[in-house]
Amino acid sequence: MEDNRKYIIQFVFILVGFIYCIKLFQIQFLDDTYGPAAEDNILRKIRDYSYRGVIYDRNGELLVHNDPVFDLMVIPKEAHVEDTVKFCQLLDISKEQFVEKMKVAIDYDMFQPSVFMKMLSLEDFAKFEDFLVDFPGYYPQVRSLRGYQHHNLANALGYVGEISKPMLDRDTTSSYKQRDYIGISGIELGYERELKGKNGVKYKMVNVRGVVKGDFKNGKRDTASVPGSNLTATIDLELQQYGEWLMEGLAGGAVAIEPKSGEILSIISSPSYSPGYLSGRMFSNNFNELTMDSLKPLFNRAIMSVYPPGSTFKPLQALIALQEGVISPSEQIFCSGALVGDHAPAGYYDVFKAIKMSSNNYFYIVFKRIINRGLSENTFIDSRMGLDVWNKYLNNFGLGAPLGIDIPNEKGGQIPSPKLYNRIYGENRWKWSTINSISIGQGEILISPLQMANFSAAIANRGYYYTPHIIKGIGEGNEPRGIYKQKHFVGIDTIHFRPVIDAMESVVNNGTGLRAQIPGIKVCGKTGTSQNPHGEDHSVFIAFAPKDDPKIAIAVYVQNAGQGARAAAGIAGLMMERYLTRETKKVWIEDYIKKGHFIY
Amino acid sequence: MRQEGAIVNKIDWVVIALYFALVILGWLNIYAAVYDEEVKKNIFSLSLNSGKQLIWIGTSILIIIVIMTIDFRFYDSFAYIIYGIVIFLLVFVLFAGTKVSGSTSWFSIGGFRVQPSEFSKFAAALAVAKYMSKVNYKLSKINDLLITACLILVPPVLIIIQGDTGTALVFGAFVIVLYREGLNPTIIVIGLIAILLFVLTLIFNQTTLIISIIVVGIIIILFGKKNWKRILTIAAGMIIVIAVVWSVDYFVNDILKPHQQNRIKALINPEADPLGYGWNVTQSKIAIGSGGLVGKGFLQGTQTKFDFVPEQSTDFIFCTLGEEQGWIGTSLVIFLFIFLLIRIVNIAERQKETFARVYGYSVAAIIFIHFMVNVGMTIGLFPVIGIPLPLFSYGGSSLWGFTILIFILIKIDAHRMQVLVR
Repeated sequence: MEDNRKYIIQFVFILVGFIYCIKLFQIQFLDDTYGPAAEDNILRKIRDYSYRGVIYDRNGELLVHNDPVFDLMVIPKEAHVEDTVKFCQLLDISKEQFVEKMKVAIDYDMFQPSVFMKMLSLEDFAKFEDFLVDFPGYYPQVRSLRGYQHHNLANALGYVGEISKPMLDRDTTSSYKQRDYIGISGIELGYERELKGKNGVKYKMVNVRGVVKGDFKNGKRDTASVPGSNLTATIDLELQQYGEWLMEGLAGGAVAIEPKSGEILSIISSPSYSPGYLSGRMFSNNFNELTMDSLKPLFNRAIMSVYPPGSTFKPLQALIALQEGVISPSEQIFCSGALVGDHAPAGYYDVFKAIKMSSNNYFYIVFKRIINRGLSENTFIDSRMGLDVWNKYLNNFGLGAPLGIDIPNEKGGQIPSPKLYNRIYGENRWKWSTINSISIGQGEILISPLQMANFSAAIANRGYYYTPHIIKGIGEGNEPRGIYKQKHFVGIDTIHFRPVIDAMESVVNNGTGLRAQIPGIKVCGKTGTSQNPHGEDHSVFIAFAPKDDPKIAIAVYVQNAGQGARAAAGIAGLMMERYLTRETKKVWIEDYIKKGHFIY
Repeated sequence: MRQEGAIVNKIDWVVIALYFALVILGWLNIYAAVYDEEVKKNIFSLSLNSGKQLIWIGTSILIIIVIMTIDFRFYDSFAYIIYGIVIFLLVFVLFAGTKVSGSTSWFSIGGFRVQPSEFSKFAAALAVAKYMSKVNYKLSKINDLLITACLILVPPVLIIIQGDTGTALVFGAFVIVLYREGLNPTIIVIGLIAILLFVLTLIFNQTTLIISIIVVGIIIILFGKKNWKRILTIAAGMIIVIAVVWSVDYFVNDILKPHQQNRIKALINPEADPLGYGWNVTQSKIAIGSGGLVGKGFLQGTQTKFDFVPEQSTDFIFCTLGEEQGWIGTSLVIFLFIFLLIRIVNIAERQKETFARVYGYSVAAIIFIHFMVNVGMTIGLFPVIGIPLPLFSYGGSSLWGFTILIFILIKIDAHRMQVLVR
């Protein structure tokens, strides 16, 4: 019996050896989680954040630059703070905050770095840096933050923020990682791909205490960061600053365009905020504050608010009528003043006089001629066909749909189409008399300040425009995007512009647009008053100058400021003067605007 | 001494070859475990554990020479005296010892430290072998069994008092020796059931376990002969089992120190708290597992080098092997150990004397327990118990202890033919 036991014992020895070999085979060969776990242990991934492109204005002024900031990172497992009091003092935090921040980091991951304190400025970090060796497990990560040397153009520039979880989930190319910065609005979003560059990664080996022991695989897996492209904006910073200053305390939008290129010289949304306000550690506080503000400073009125254009629409009506041949330039039409209320007296009007005097009755008649051509016996069908033709012209002017500016969230406004009226009134239930308020730019017509500036540029160009854009040079190539180099013709022959432009000139010279005059420069403009059922009417003005070689086309929109002849015309004139002459001669107009004398 | 040449021929060179193979592999791995790429010290550097281990290896060779020179009858004759000296040292260390990581089991002599408990293993083996070889010894005699048990249990009790539970557990090896010498297997089976219950108690909560024991008991009663004697036996058995469960629970929660509780808990679920008590097990498995089939290469391991594995040159030396030499390396070392154990059992079996056989089995059993527990803990099959991997781990006392243990057997074995002469 005891002899058997020898074999039993030897069998047990072999069995244990065998089981161990099998178990080892399983963990060393079959299970492939240990290899990555080992790399996780020793690898410290250090993100080499790419340098975000900076943005210049058209004259080479820096609009947006980068400021270095330091994120203090912590790896809880390795973190050891001997002197908590000193640590807290250096970072200017309380003991409770320290405990709280550590808890957040521990809850996130014991072994992985997490942010202990975000965005310390260079000065704040310098204090701490000397003592960094006393606090193992903490290390700085350099990042750059958007910085601004001015307080303007906030809505167009937009802002940058840490990528959110939903955005990260939508990023199918996985080019973003948690904590990456991403453009959230304005140019920062519109040109995110160009500005971003490419983040790099450095792999370091660390021991269990987090002490770096060298490059992993001699840096073979490291990738260097690639800086983003610098951008050149079309903006004229001086004009922008001047315009924003003029519109301080007012609500509204203004857009100035260089007609020959579609370059946006200035884009103003008021009230606004200083762009630096949404950069840095106070971001969420400040962002919430701006969101709660009842005046909506984050709402880019220049491209997102749409209003009835009022009388500024009349030059377009005239151009369509001329092109369609329903009027001739010299044709005198008797307006009794009976069709609609009118500031212009009864009498004979030709197209020049009708625009200059802003005759509502004249454009009622003209619009009826455009809509009702007798193409069908049925007046309903006739109106529908007429409206279709009219609608296409306005689409050619870039109205009724977003123009395609290179910053996001542009609104398209609305140009009534048969479809719209069918929806409102029912098919064959509407005709000219139902819809005639749109003949003078009221009613269902909705246009953004950008679109208004664009059609005044098209008039200035006598028949074409380039899609307005805010970036004219990307990176080394220094070219705008291809779509901004395409000429769009509006479908009106050049000859028809003469009477309209002449009339617009006289509007400024001795009509309603007097406040837009510039000494020595021929200015063409048109005032408008956008009816507002909720309160005081909105003041609208479109213009371009000089008449014969237009350098600037502008649209100004001031909410609840009454007639266009007042605030809007004044601001437009001052801005054009500033851009064309770099000075302000009509100080009394400036005074008039700044003191709010237009409000009665 | 007339038969000098013949004795050399009878020395078991296979065991000696295995001994040196393991010692040298161990030495290389100790170097790998402490190697620092930035400093690039050489393997012989005395500031490294590998350099010191070389001293221990050298002195071990001296010990081997001494053992091989002393008359083989010395170990038989002086077994009790050696045992007595060791017991004295185990007691003495309690008063004169140095405390190292919680246990008072070291003498500090000059710059070196000696751990008497490492020598108590061969001393106990000698004493037990001596006692069991007496005339008319029978395990079935309660007196003989009790005295044997005392000889086995006195050193571990003293070692536990020192605070080194791990080393004390090694004396469980003698169960294998007793089994070979005819111990009733029922006792071992009962022991195993107790261990199983112990583990079950830790995994499941007490109430669940007691209810399931009662249910199992009732099922056994229902499906069998229903006479009173059987029912009562089973009921009594159930009560004992429940008592064991209760006492285990009491033992773990009220007697074991928190760090010991944690080690046992870590074995059952190392992921529960990967930074706390599961850290060692998790990191040890990561190191070994990341070695893959062929390993990262000598000195190329990162987990041990960067200190993710604790005690990487002593108790967790197997991790360095696993990480750098992969499954090929670990299997080879396991093969060497099993080969050594089988060989020692065969040597034990060829002895004419009970003394030599019992001693031989003790050697095999002690090495086996060390091997099983040490490797088992690095791969998560055993709780973390601080005992070295024989011949492999860094440490002078340990290497000396195993050298003495093995070479006394080789010496006795070399003279096995002379026993007849006597």
